[in-house]
Amino acid sequence: MDDFYRDYILDHYRHPRNFGSLDRFDAQAEDLNPLCGDQIRMQLKLDDGVVSDVRFSGKGCAISQAAASMLTERIKGMKLSEIAKLSKDVVLEDVGIGISPTRMKCAMLGLRVLRSAAIGRIAGWPDEE
Amino acid sequence: MTRSTTGLRARPQPDEKVERIIADFPILARPTSRGKRLVYLDSAATSQKPRAVIQALVDYYEQYNANIHRGVYEIAARATAEFEEARVKLARFIGANVPEVVWVRNTTEAINLVAYSWGNANLRAGDAILLTELEHHSDLVPWQLLAQRSGAELRFIPVDDRGLYVLDDLDELLDGCKLVALAHVSNTLGTIFPLATVIPRAHAAGAVVLVDGAQGAPHLPVDVKTLDADFYTFSGHKMLGPTGIGVLYGKHALLEAMPPFFSGGDMIRKVEYAHTTFNDPPRKFEAGTSNIADAIAFGVAVEYLEHVGMEWVREHERRLTAYALDRLAGLETRGLAIYGPRDAGKISGVISFNLADVHAHDLASILDTEGICIRAGHHCTMPLMEKMGWAATARASFYIYNTEADVDALCAGIEKAARIFGI
Repeated sequence: MDDFYRDYILDHYRHPRNFGSLDRFDAQAEDLNPLCGDQIRMQLKLDDGVVSDVRFSGKGCAISQAAASMLTERIKGMKLSEIAKLSKDVVLEDVGIGISPTRMKCAMLGLRVLRSAAIGRIAGWPDEE
Repeated sequence: MTRSTTGLRARPQPDEKVERIIADFPILARPTSRGKRLVYLDSAATSQKPRAVIQALVDYYEQYNANIHRGVYEIAARATAEFEEARVKLARFIGANVPEVVWVRNTTEAINLVAYSWGNANLRAGDAILLTELEHHSDLVPWQLLAQRSGAELRFIPVDDRGLYVLDDLDELLDGCKLVALAHVSNTLGTIFPLATVIPRAHAAGAVVLVDGAQGAPHLPVDVKTLDADFYTFSGHKMLGPTGIGVLYGKHALLEAMPPFFSGGDMIRKVEYAHTTFNDPPRKFEAGTSNIADAIAFGVAVEYLEHVGMEWVREHERRLTAYALDRLAGLETRGLAIYGPRDAGKISGVISFNLADVHAHDLASILDTEGICIRAGHHCTMPLMEKMGWAATARASFYIYNTEADVDALCAGIEKAARIFGI
């Protein structure tokens, strides 16, 4: 697990990409992990049916915040239907090896919120599928 | 802690008594999957179990597993005798009379039992319930629900920014108060409540006092008669016993006047189709087959603690806490923030902290790689975290098997986290 805290994870934690909020957005969701209180909100702006802009905000551990930050870098140009189908492997690929089972929910919170925004209701946990 | 004449900190020699205690806990001899020594600093969540307690569970199931209070055969008689003997041990441990010890699953069930049975019968609109700002959710949510049911008002004894109780307005807070419910020891900050000062004043104001002893009974000498607590609640698993067994102590007159909470078998005297008369306390509150094996093993756990000596437990933890506060203070220049009272005389073996901008869960994960078990999160005290402005804290808690070497490992682990996070 200590292998996990690599430079790029800490960089995303301390300097999250696409962080903040949008004045106007077409889809939004937020949620928290009741186990630890980590929070994430995702806002999406669409143009011609694809994501043209994204912002996330939240607070929590390095894993939840870095995973959400990296996710926002992947989704510009995607359709909502494509976002709804993003699997946990996308996140695991981003964050790399070493996530322990006890911290899996931290890594998946951002994707869960993003998929909730895409489908307009609270999505399930990606790691429980 | 000790200091050499040159002023340099000398690590205290391992105490022979502590070494013998450690040898009684099989789990502490098992290395982690990474080959590290297990450094268990989460006893406020649940304690480890000595061999004698584990063996008591095995003995019951291997030698005399039978239901209690009913069977006429030999092993049933032994099960009943051992179960009731455990009640005697628990009563002795807290200075209660035997019929005042009610078996429950845990502290949470004990508090809910009082909230529903005593609370529903005694609380009315216009009454007040006085809690503190340090309560665990288990000594807060049941009273919120009782307040909703009864129309009673909830009040809180405040704490200052170091987590020490502010009793300046106690008389006003007690005015019109029917019930005071408070934690003997805070599970988040370790603050010891000044029971000896406040219980007489609560009684003078006409209130009944429930003490949540989940973090008190394991760590401090407790005599419910000297304290004059009306109810005292605690869980076996935080004091060397198994999970799933706890005790509600209640003064006999209160228990006798209270209606049953759960109903069914074992708590009855006579049942007709339309009507039932109930058993006397404590069995009036023990419907259904009890947690026999765990109650018996809990009795063994408190015998172990009596053998070690609760005065010794307190002194051992006070010394260790003082050592830890001193060592952790050395990390403040690395960005460590230490919460709660900085006085080992005022806290009981619990220290909460955070390292710079490292989230408590990340800190706990890094410590885990070194075999160090701590808690991270809100510790079931979300309103306190909100009041103090903490998103989460890391918490180390000590018990009889912890040593200065565990504290040293914790500090080395925190330094490792600081290196990883570039602090």
